[in-house]
Amino acid sequence: MAEIMRKFGIFWDKVKFALSHNVIYRVTNTHWILFSFLKIKITNKKRQSFIGLSFILIWIIGYLIFALYPIFYSLYLSFFKVRPDGMDLTLLFLGIDNFKAAFLYDPYYVQILIAYIIEIVINVPITIVFALVIALLINQNIKGKGVWRTIFFLPVIIISGPVIGELMNQGATTLPSIREYDLIRMILSNINPTLANPIQALFDRILLVLWFAGIQILIFLAGLQKIDKEIYEASMVDGAGPWASFWKITLPSIKPLITVSIIYTVVSMSVFSLNNVIVYIKNVMLGESIDNLISGYGYSAAISWIYFVVMVLIILLFVGLMSVKKRSRS
Amino acid sequence: MKKLFRTIKEITKLIIKKDYVQAGYKAKRFFVGVKFTDGFLFKLFIYTLLFAFGYVYLYPMLYMITNSLMTMEDLIDAGIKWIPSSLNFENYQLVFSELNFFRSLLDAFYLATIPAISATVSSAIIGYGFARFNFPLKKLLFVLMLMTFIIPPQITMLPMFRMYAQYKLLGSIMAFVYPAILGQGLNGALFILIFYQFFKMIPRALDESAQLDGATPLKVFIKIYIPLAIPSIIIVFLFSFVWYYNETYLSGLYLSGSNLLSLPLKLEQYFIRYTSIYPEGSRARELMRAVKLAGNVLTLLPLLILYFFTQRYFVESIDKTGITGE
Repeated sequence: MAEIMRKFGIFWDKVKFALSHNVIYRVTNTHWILFSFLKIKITNKKRQSFIGLSFILIWIIGYLIFALYPIFYSLYLSFFKVRPDGMDLTLLFLGIDNFKAAFLYDPYYVQILIAYIIEIVINVPITIVFALVIALLINQNIKGKGVWRTIFFLPVIIISGPVIGELMNQGATTLPSIREYDLIRMILSNINPTLANPIQALFDRILLVLWFAGIQILIFLAGLQKIDKEIYEASMVDGAGPWASFWKITLPSIKPLITVSIIYTVVSMSVFSLNNVIVYIKNVMLGESIDNLISGYGYSAAISWIYFVVMVLIILLFVGLMSVKKRSRS
Repeated sequence: MKKLFRTIKEITKLIIKKDYVQAGYKAKRFFVGVKFTDGFLFKLFIYTLLFAFGYVYLYPMLYMITNSLMTMEDLIDAGIKWIPSSLNFENYQLVFSELNFFRSLLDAFYLATIPAISATVSSAIIGYGFARFNFPLKKLLFVLMLMTFIIPPQITMLPMFRMYAQYKLLGSIMAFVYPAILGQGLNGALFILIFYQFFKMIPRALDESAQLDGATPLKVFIKIYIPLAIPSIIIVFLFSFVWYYNETYLSGLYLSGSNLLSLPLKLEQYFIRYTSIYPEGSRARELMRAVKLAGNVLTLLPLLILYFFTQRYFVESIDKTGITGE
């Protein structure tokens, strides 16, 4: 075996030499030479970008093959009235009429969109904080770690499958008991209804919000694992309590992962198949609306792109808030 | 718990001996601990929270399991809500035989494992490229990558389907594998992002020292970064696996017509057939709810078992970085 490996090593070295010393491409100590006359000086910067690009080359190829066309074709179609015609599509150019109709003509879309924005702006921070708390809890030295971790993995499995729809149908995603607690009911009946209604809505939906935290819990958990225990020990010697070490060590270390989690939370809540906007887009696409102006694939592409822009804005808002905090603290 | 009783006993003994200072000290030591995080109160607090949150997550699971064990009489009986009058595995048997369960499970694992591994490998490589190197147009490429993730998949569905038909990828597992290899799989951009952030968290000094020792970039990546990123590799693989396993939307689109179907999709098709046989309001329809839940439990269970066994690799596999004085 070792003999084969050695022989293969020699062979591989020869192949490498042949690849880097030929007419088309030649490497000297200071230059890359293409076709024997195009000399490129090797600088550190150029080398870095060459290596970096070769690492992401597979992504670039994949993007060109699989992602570019659908994305921009759907953008292109959003300017048209699209009628399916067998396997082909007949297109009728409308300009920006689809986008105009979404805001000016469509009686539902803007309403649904605003409700969605309010909901997501409330839900995202709750989800992130909750996921962080859970991750911190199961990262403690507790009994039955494996069992706890498995329990908190449940949402990842359930939310990604069709099971969640089934459970929602059967009413298993709202905690029946939470509303029946006398204490909560008493509090709700005694405060101002403008305040009570959002709280009530929150309780009604809390389970579903918590269900969205599964992935984030795991991301945080993996991040917490990576923090060097010695740092905590060192800070403890210097007299930092658990509270201080959370704010000064844990949180800054996993800050990049909080950004990932925010992006993921916004996206997963937004493209969730039972989300109202998505349901509406789907209905429009399948032409369930009777109105000709606001139905069909072209219009649904247009409202999806508006939706996409709104999502990006929300993500930017949250990520922006994170970095503002960072600057003011440092 | 034993410790609690023992301490209470000791404290009462001390109180009887009228040694209040010592008793107070002991009580404080026990409940608050030396640095609060090791005291009883803190533990109590943690376990209370864990049980509360755990209940929230377990509730639907318990609901599914108990309901799936009910007979038709139990389901109709309004008095029985949680505990079935007798353990009844008929629903499970029905699902087992109707779905040809083990064969389907094997298919489903095949359908999930290969794309998941491809996605994990490719997103690690791509994430590393984005995290560690500077190159022209990096920002633009990064934004384009995020865009593929943020765009609602519903909208690219139609052009995507036509494209796959042109590539002649429909009806085979390659419809999932090729995009996954090229970093365009299910939620591929999220995985790249996870790796990107994880690789950024690793101190640079490590690979600089390796480079000084003459390691090529590829070697640095494989020998240094990959071992350090094991927790992220595991979570990415798990996520990817679960998503491909649970996927009904794309596999319904791309694989319809072939025999290779994801387990949830098979289940769904079975129930569509089932509902078409029995009329609305009949007792069989009522029972279907329980059978459906039994089917769901059966599809979820393999994932839970898989996770239970992989999560241990997830722990403390790091730390041995060999960097001191950072």
